Amino acid sequence: MRGAAARGPIVIRPGRLPLSWTVDRRVPPVLLLLGLATVVATVLSVGYGQYFIAPLDVLRTFLGLETGNPNHPFVVTTLRLPRVLIAFLVGLALALAGTIAQGLARNPLASPDILGVNAGASLAAVALIVLAPAAPFYLVPPAAFAGALVVAALIAALSLRGGGSPIRLVLIGVGFAAVAGALTTALLTLGRTLFAARALIWLAGSVYGRSWRELWAILPWLAVFVPLALLLARHLDVLHLGDDVARGLGSRLALWRGLLLLTAVALAGAAVATAGAVGFVGLMAPHLARRLVGPAHAGLLPTAALTGGLIVLLADLAGRALFAPVELPCGVITAIIGAPYFFYLLYRSGGS
Amino acid sequence: MAGVGAGAVGTGVARGRPSLAVGLALGVALLLLCAFASLSAGASAVNPGAVYAALVAPDGSNAQVIVRTIRLPRTLIALSVGAALAVAGALMQGLTRNPLASPGLLGVNAGAALAVVLAVFLFGVGSVTLLTWCAFLGAGLAAAAVALLGALGRGGATPLKLAVAGAALTAFLSSLTTAVLVLNERTFDEVRFWLAGSVAGRDLGLFLRVAPYLALGLAVAFLLARRITTLTLGEEVARGLGQRTARVKLAAAGCVVLLAGGSVAVAGPIGFVGLVVPHLVRPFVGTDYRWLLPYAAVTGAALLTLADIGARLVLRPVELPVGVMTAILGGPFFVFLVGWKVRR
Amino acid sequence: MSVLQARDITLAYDGVPVIAGVDLPVPPGQITALIGPNGCGKSTLLRGLARLLKPRAGAVYLDGAAISALPTKELARRLGILPQSPTAPEGLTVRDLVAQGRYPHQGWFQQWSREDEAVVARALDITGTTALAGRPLDTLSGGQRQRAWIAMALAQETPILLLDEPTTFLDIAHQLEVLHLLERLNREEGRTIVMVVHDLNHAARYAGHLVAMAEGRIVVAGPPREVLTPATLREVFAVEVDILTDRRTGAPICVPYGLCSPAAPSLGAAPGGERAHQPAVR
Repeated sequence: MRGAAARGPIVIRPGRLPLSWTVDRRVPPVLLLLGLATVVATVLSVGYGQYFIAPLDVLRTFLGLETGNPNHPFVVTTLRLPRVLIAFLVGLALALAGTIAQGLARNPLASPDILGVNAGASLAAVALIVLAPAAPFYLVPPAAFAGALVVAALIAALSLRGGGSPIRLVLIGVGFAAVAGALTTALLTLGRTLFAARALIWLAGSVYGRSWRELWAILPWLAVFVPLALLLARHLDVLHLGDDVARGLGSRLALWRGLLLLTAVALAGAAVATAGAVGFVGLMAPHLARRLVGPAHAGLLPTAALTGGLIVLLADLAGRALFAPVELPCGVITAIIGAPYFFYLLYRSGGS
Repeated sequence: MAGVGAGAVGTGVARGRPSLAVGLALGVALLLLCAFASLSAGASAVNPGAVYAALVAPDGSNAQVIVRTIRLPRTLIALSVGAALAVAGALMQGLTRNPLASPGLLGVNAGAALAVVLAVFLFGVGSVTLLTWCAFLGAGLAAAAVALLGALGRGGATPLKLAVAGAALTAFLSSLTTAVLVLNERTFDEVRFWLAGSVAGRDLGLFLRVAPYLALGLAVAFLLARRITTLTLGEEVARGLGQRTARVKLAAAGCVVLLAGGSVAVAGPIGFVGLVVPHLVRPFVGTDYRWLLPYAAVTGAALLTLADIGARLVLRPVELPVGVMTAILGGPFFVFLVGWKVRR
Repeated sequence: MSVLQARDITLAYDGVPVIAGVDLPVPPGQITALIGPNGCGKSTLLRGLARLLKPRAGAVYLDGAAISALPTKELARRLGILPQSPTAPEGLTVRDLVAQGRYPHQGWFQQWSREDEAVVARALDITGTTALAGRPLDTLSGGQRQRAWIAMALAQETPILLLDEPTTFLDIAHQLEVLHLLERLNREEGRTIVMVVHDLNHAARYAGHLVAMAEGRIVVAGPPREVLTPATLREVFAVEVDILTDRRTGAPICVPYGLCSPAAPSLGAAPGGERAHQPAVR
């Protein structure tokens, strides 16, 4: 490994092998800092609650050391850790999905929430909770995922004709979000109060009561699609230059765009299926990450992923702390922070 | 950015005045027919003769009570809300020169919904008048916000920006609404039927209190029609033709708030009527708002009444909120609209 | 030397044919300029040559093989296209943009070879953008930005380069800057260049081969001297011109003095009166 010329990118060319990669100089330190921040936030979040545990004791418990309190291992590893990890992974998946969506739509304002994917997932989940209250709760995530997939397929079918213009992608997504939102609201009024209230909490985006079971359920999706997203970075870079330029550079538009869209939907679907509609993360994280490492996706994708994970982690902590003992769903917190940020972006971005 | 056919200055051939007037008269006749159908259709169908009798010579029979106390208010509300939403949509499309503008998509409905939920949360359902004012206030603030947000930054208000700003505002406001409802289950139980957008089971007294605002909004809109036609040519052109565009815009925006806010106050957020109706009408009447607005009003009233009849009959005996019907009908239309108006 | 040729192609947008049955051989090793009035189909033809637009009939051949049958990456190593006013994502630096030109030469594991690095450095150097390499594209002037895009197309290392209106929206100095660059690429590196330009005099001065188009067909093609004639321009643009000679380069210069369509609005006369500028210098 060697660094390139001053201020240039970092180049990796191991020996004489026909292997070579490059990444922006800013990426490694930024990833390191974000990783550290994540660890600190995790420790704080696991320690916080009605039953407070000091950070040092949390760390000891993580490492399997004795803290002198027999309750600690149960509270930390069984009750709180899975929830905190899920918050992080959900944020990570949403951020990656958002980064891909923004690159594909060539619009920094696009994200799975705006594109209607989250709305489709929510509609399916609420329909299940309200219309079939007898169905076991573990069916909700698959239903949400199916909803996301259906909406994404419809958007793709309708907007990808002739290569798919980004503006159509965004506008059709907005339309689907509106339709699915109206139907979801309608369902809330049809069902009995008890079930509707349950659906409502799910709808707000929350990691309340999540356990290792949900964590194991989301992991396979991430294990497949996170690496895929990172591998596709180069193609996303080229698509980001516009259809004509990308085609001129020899990119197979339909193939890569389809694969990237699938990746984004799978990640967003997995996240929404696990924690409900946590909004605006897919929008905020890529932007903050772009500020940190620039627009090249090889560095942007991992940076955005960590940023998104950190955002949801902190939002969950804030949601528990602000109105304790009442818990606000983390989705409400991300919306309250995210919407003003979005409007600020709108203000800065101008028309294009 | 891809071009978007300016919806307001668009397709369609304006026909001569006489044929337009005849068309409008026909429309009104059809509308009366719809209203009549709305009075007779439902869980228990009442035959037209009995409906007529109930209207002119009430005798207190069961069927007549249903018609007079349940179906009449409901039909009146569907008619006026449909007209108000359609005119509000037409005004918004003209003001923003954006074919996708409408109260539902741009977050005006969501703003009114949040205001009402907040009011119930803070003060209880006690005063209906208070709720109405809250709905107006919410609609007004959201309309102002989205207009401001959509026009932010370089390049002014483009269709894409406005649509995205509206979607984000809707997401934000709905999220706040959810937060309030999660914190307080009592509120949820009280407002959730209102939230879906329905014209059923509404209080006639409430309607009568809001009706003057709707009437005022419609009247001012019709008075502004000629100026709005000019405004659709572009703000600079309009100013060049000697129009005080700021005043016209402000007055038209006031109308939108009256119409959309009043509708939401009575019937809850009903989407897509404001979006769809102006587009349905435009191919027949062209772009002159003096004709476009009355046609939109009649068509909107008829459409919502029909949608409400559908909502009663589709899953009989269960009734759907009419907001669900308009979403089901309007969604595909929106997608079609994007495919048709937005070229690469 | 690579030979690009369109044979009997029909190109259409949304089912409406813009170009019908056109043959266009591109002379190798030369600069070819497509000229014609707005809407005559010159950009469409260029997009067809670059397979950005799929022909409804006929085909484009590169060294005898139909380009629609070539793998898209292989084609991208032989034929470069710079579309009209391309846009880059916010914050993208010139170096990152130019590096994208290496895309068709890269694979899953080979993403930044020494050759990539050298080619990008040379593309930056030739276009005079080395000093700008670290700057985001959105902070550059129009001319600098256009040179950066051309550098990207150069990094693609294709013997043939197609450019759609490379000088649009540039002031006169920046136009010359870009055209000089293209001329150098043609002379020093032997690249075949096809471009759409609006300015007839620029076309005549920098291109060795002109293709004049009107209403979706080619009216005449050949050296500037043969194409830029009063008769041709009357047919193509419906304008009356005088053709002079640039004493410095020997290229023809056309000076328009009036419209020849009687339907055209004649508010008084064209500037200076219709006959006032009768061939004064010839």
